[in-house]
Amino acid sequence: MNNEQQGKHWLVRQDTVRLLWRGGLAVLSLLVIADFFVHAHPYFQIDGTFGFYAWFGLLVCAGMVLFAKALGIFLKRKDTYYDDE
Amino acid sequence: MMMSDFPPGLVLILGAFLIPIMGRKFRPILTLGLPLVTLALVWSLPNGSFSIFPLFDYQLVFVHSDSLSRLFATVFSIMTFGGSLYALKQKRVLELVAVFVYAGSAIGVVFAGDLITLFIFWEIMAVASTLVVLSVGGNLSYQVSMRYFLVHVFGGTLLLVGILAHILDSGSTTFTAMELDNLGSILILAGFLVNAAAPPLSAWLSDAYPEASFSGAVFLSAFTTKAAVYVLLRGFPGAEVLVFIGIFMIFYGIIYALLENDMRRILAYSIVNQVGFMVTGIGIGTEMALNGVAAHAFTHIIYKALLLMSAGAVLYMTGKRKCTDLGGLFQSMPLTTICSIIGALSISSFPLTSGFISKSMISQAAADDSLTTIWFLLMAASAGVFLHAGIKFPWFVFFQKDSGLRPSDPPWSMRLAMILFAGICIGLGIWPEFLYSMLPYPVTYQPYTVTHVIHMLQLLLFSGFAFFLMLPLMRRTLTITLDFDWFYRRLFPAVLQNTFSVIGRVDKAIRLAFLEKLDMGLTFISKKNNRLSGLLSRNYPAGSMVLWVAVILAGYLFISFIR
Repeated sequence: MNNEQQGKHWLVRQDTVRLLWRGGLAVLSLLVIADFFVHAHPYFQIDGTFGFYAWFGLLVCAGMVLFAKALGIFLKRKDTYYDDE
Repeated sequence: MMMSDFPPGLVLILGAFLIPIMGRKFRPILTLGLPLVTLALVWSLPNGSFSIFPLFDYQLVFVHSDSLSRLFATVFSIMTFGGSLYALKQKRVLELVAVFVYAGSAIGVVFAGDLITLFIFWEIMAVASTLVVLSVGGNLSYQVSMRYFLVHVFGGTLLLVGILAHILDSGSTTFTAMELDNLGSILILAGFLVNAAAPPLSAWLSDAYPEASFSGAVFLSAFTTKAAVYVLLRGFPGAEVLVFIGIFMIFYGIIYALLENDMRRILAYSIVNQVGFMVTGIGIGTEMALNGVAAHAFTHIIYKALLLMSAGAVLYMTGKRKCTDLGGLFQSMPLTTICSIIGALSISSFPLTSGFISKSMISQAAADDSLTTIWFLLMAASAGVFLHAGIKFPWFVFFQKDSGLRPSDPPWSMRLAMILFAGICIGLGIWPEFLYSMLPYPVTYQPYTVTHVIHMLQLLLFSGFAFFLMLPLMRRTLTITLDFDWFYRRLFPAVLQNTFSVIGRVDKAIRLAFLEKLDMGLTFISKKNNRLSGLLSRNYPAGSMVLWVAVILAGYLFISFIR
């Protein structure tokens, strides 16, 4: 560990961040695996498929970020835009 | 009037005017005591109508009490107490007075048994909330509060005209569920929706609330929109149009919050998003949905106040509010960070927090009613809430890069208020029965099933995964995003200015042309007559005039003789 890393709060050191990513990915996989064991009772059709909530969450969030980004191209202005009022 | 049926809202409204005459030392007794007295009064109210005063041919019912109005009044009182605790460091007396009148009038709306009383408190609420923003002082807050006030005056006018039409139509002033089959009720709905920050007049919220003081914004987040949810819940349950309006509000809130850089404006957009869930639930209109809306309004007020308290703490300690200026604050503000995370988890309806037990009732109602599209949209929205408020807000304020700022946690009163509200968020998440027993309809819903918990965790954690995968796309920029207020801040003024300048030019041209023609006409006439021989300029000698007068008089005399 070099000196630059040493001076940082333990939570933001590279090692910790790497550990957090690994732990996070492990939790995500466990949650999907848990789908094998829970008794699913879908309200409609597609929400009973394997890991539905996982991929649905991932996809719609990616979709919303991209949509926001696209909208931003047209609607974003410098934050001094209204300053002359 | 017995003490037990004294209108609870009036305690806060009348008490507000004692605040300025109370010394600084004893002020906390008043600001913490009054909400508790109000809460005691609310809970001692039996069902029924009290405090009835005649007004001309009508009756003003100041207190109409049932489980729904008591639920909202309860959370409004708790909110006032927690907010007052948080605001103990607030030195501006005007803000405190305004806040108490504001909270009291919101409780007044909740207990109003007839439309006239409702309107009176509705307008007091508009004026008082404007003063909360205005009390900050300076040109910016003046401009913002006037925009805010104009929108609410417009909404109030719609409501007033609607109420008058409704009274003329039905002959009754009672405030009950209405059908959308006449102009009166449509205008009443429109007036309510303005306060709920529904489109197209939604930008007033994200425009005004972030300009209030660190404590003022906490109060503002609670009352106006939730009082609107209450009146919609009572007046228009099952109105289908609300489903579409609500869904729009949900996604509008998410998208704009994703684009936003100001931490408190992120939370303001997220209010619109959360109220969207409630408006959708009101539109669905089943007992399950309405219970869910009432429960969600309750939990939302607490966790949104908590989030704004943590943002207010950052603002109070650093004076900064833009995500681009913040980051890394968790190192020196651990308590604020934890409280903000608890609020963020609650708004995302994480298991064991208050949002989990309330929001899922609304999506369950959509599933029970086989509203397939609505259910999928609500699920997508739940994921989006975690994205824009659950992670984005704490991440960019307390983590992301190290801004180098090392502010400490705020003073004890602010810390205590945050701990109290964080405790309520978790308490309600663990023991939902407390809230469920206060809901308007009996509850059979069981939020904690293994399937539900696992599915919700999948949905939320994978949304979080998406956030960190796409982090490079989310980098904060020094920008704002144009919203509906652009129409009345830029387009209408520009159009009006141009229109008036065109009208001005045309008007000037016409006047000039007319004057020129008049001038020419006069010149023409005067030219014709500028010689002594002209028709109008011949000169008669005075003697001949006297002669002719004598002739006329003689003729007159002659005629009077021969008659």
